[in-house]
Amino acid sequence: MKRLASVASFLALAALALLGGCGEPEFSDAEKKTIASLALNTLPSLKPDTTNQYGDVPAAAALGSTLFFDGGMSRDGTVSCSTCHKIDRQFQDDLPQAVGVGHTNRRTMPLAGVARDPWFFWDGRRDSLWAQALTPLENPLEQAGNRAAFAHYIKKRFGERYERIFGPLPDLSTVPANASPLGTDAEKAAWNAMPVGQQDDVNRVYANIGKAIAAFERSIEPGQTRFDRFAIDLATGAKPEEDAAFSPEEILGLKLFIGKANCVTCHNGPRFTDNAFHNTGVPPVDRLPADRGRVDAVAQVEADPFNCFGKFRDGDESACRELRFMVKNGPQITRAYKTPSLRGAADRPPYMHAGQFSTLDEVIAHYSKAPLAVEGVSEVHPLDLSERERSALVAFLKTLSD
Amino acid sequence: MASIWRYILAGLGLAALLAGIVAGVYLMLPQSAPGPDLSRSKKTANGLFVASFEPERGAVRQGELQSWLLTLKTAAGAPVEGAAITISGGMPQHDHGLPTSPQATDYLGNGRYRIDGVKFTMSGWWQLHFGISAAAGSDSVVFNIVL
Ligand SMILES: [Cu+2]
Repeated sequence: MKRLASVASFLALAALALLGGCGEPEFSDAEKKTIASLALNTLPSLKPDTTNQYGDVPAAAALGSTLFFDGGMSRDGTVSCSTCHKIDRQFQDDLPQAVGVGHTNRRTMPLAGVARDPWFFWDGRRDSLWAQALTPLENPLEQAGNRAAFAHYIKKRFGERYERIFGPLPDLSTVPANASPLGTDAEKAAWNAMPVGQQDDVNRVYANIGKAIAAFERSIEPGQTRFDRFAIDLATGAKPEEDAAFSPEEILGLKLFIGKANCVTCHNGPRFTDNAFHNTGVPPVDRLPADRGRVDAVAQVEADPFNCFGKFRDGDESACRELRFMVKNGPQITRAYKTPSLRGAADRPPYMHAGQFSTLDEVIAHYSKAPLAVEGVSEVHPLDLSERERSALVAFLKTLSD
Repeated sequence: MASIWRYILAGLGLAALLAGIVAGVYLMLPQSAPGPDLSRSKKTANGLFVASFEPERGAVRQGELQSWLLTLKTAAGAPVEGAAITISGGMPQHDHGLPTSPQATDYLGNGRYRIDGVKFTMSGWWQLHFGISAAAGSDSVVFNIVL
């Protein structure tokens, strides 16, 4: 009889614990470890970029910010970096494909934490933040300028500020008004007619423009979100207060994100990215030119005179290991694109490298279905998530924006 | 007499039934798959060398370009000099290769080769395959790394 009573009281206690929502063991130790690894407080402080000796010079960052917002840094005087990287929109433009002087074929990437990337653009066709900043300046669809014109413009508008940071400007009196190895036929001809020393002079000014813009962009960092507050409370065992508390749906979404849905495989670490390139079977956009992603970017970054091996790098070649040990071929880089950070993603549709999906529901439906890639091999496999699971993932992703 | 035999037969039948049930349950239990061999030192496939592979500086850190050391000895324990080393690999369960192309960049003496450019971008089971050619011949070895 006594034994029966103790069994009964044990059962009653167990039932109470279940009903009472003590809900303590919501996450396993392994899950807690993964969640902690995603929290913003694990983001290390930003390392200096030894290839850009001006990267942490305040005057360079100040000049860079002026240039970033200056429409004069374009062929028609109306397009700046900030045309597409809008300061009040997470430094992106909400468009499926960026529009500068012309219509591009890629989605504008947001800039929070960009200085931590080993590779730039969706396909990684540049290997430093300063080399990246130079590319839209001469792209005929973006800022559509040419480096000779930029050198003249800097001298005219910002000569003093430039020289205080970078030292004396070269003599530009015999440099053509418009010249670039990448420009129109006339600009190319003008460039080829310049003595090599003069080309170097212009390239040096051009590289310094990129280094100033990069110095400014280094200050753009991700901010704390509801998820981070939740993760810190979970790690310290504190009871999440107010908005740091997750709803059951958000908790389910988080569990799926780090579990069954495999999102965290690539979206890992405090920036929710592995900084690598993957083919995930995202379909191409019909009316856009052929786009093969990383496989075509390899030759471009190797040919870039402003890459880490080039003479415009500061510091020594030990900074160039990403480029040195880059994967140059093989099936996995065809239609492979960079894993984007998911911080703030819920507030910036459309999604993917050409804005293929207009909502997070569409993104998650894509990964749940995992269609075959049109070219190359998709790394994702069908998940067959229920509607409830898909909504829970969206609910969790929103906690990275609040 | 006959009844005793009947009991024995029944007992045997029951024992057989029990054994069957136990075997059935055992087969249905989730197989505790033996994980990949994680040893950092092993004989190469054809036994030509003994290879050891470990990070040059302490721990493996996910997402960082790191250098590792591959140490090659002959079966008799002599350091292997002048080896040509090729490296490939990937994640067998994810059907993808390595995110970088590691290379043998330096010979550090005493059979030690620096393998630079190693990066593990995600957690899970990684494999690194080494092709090794030296005076003693050619052989290969695979190391498993689980993050
Ligand atoms: Cu993998």
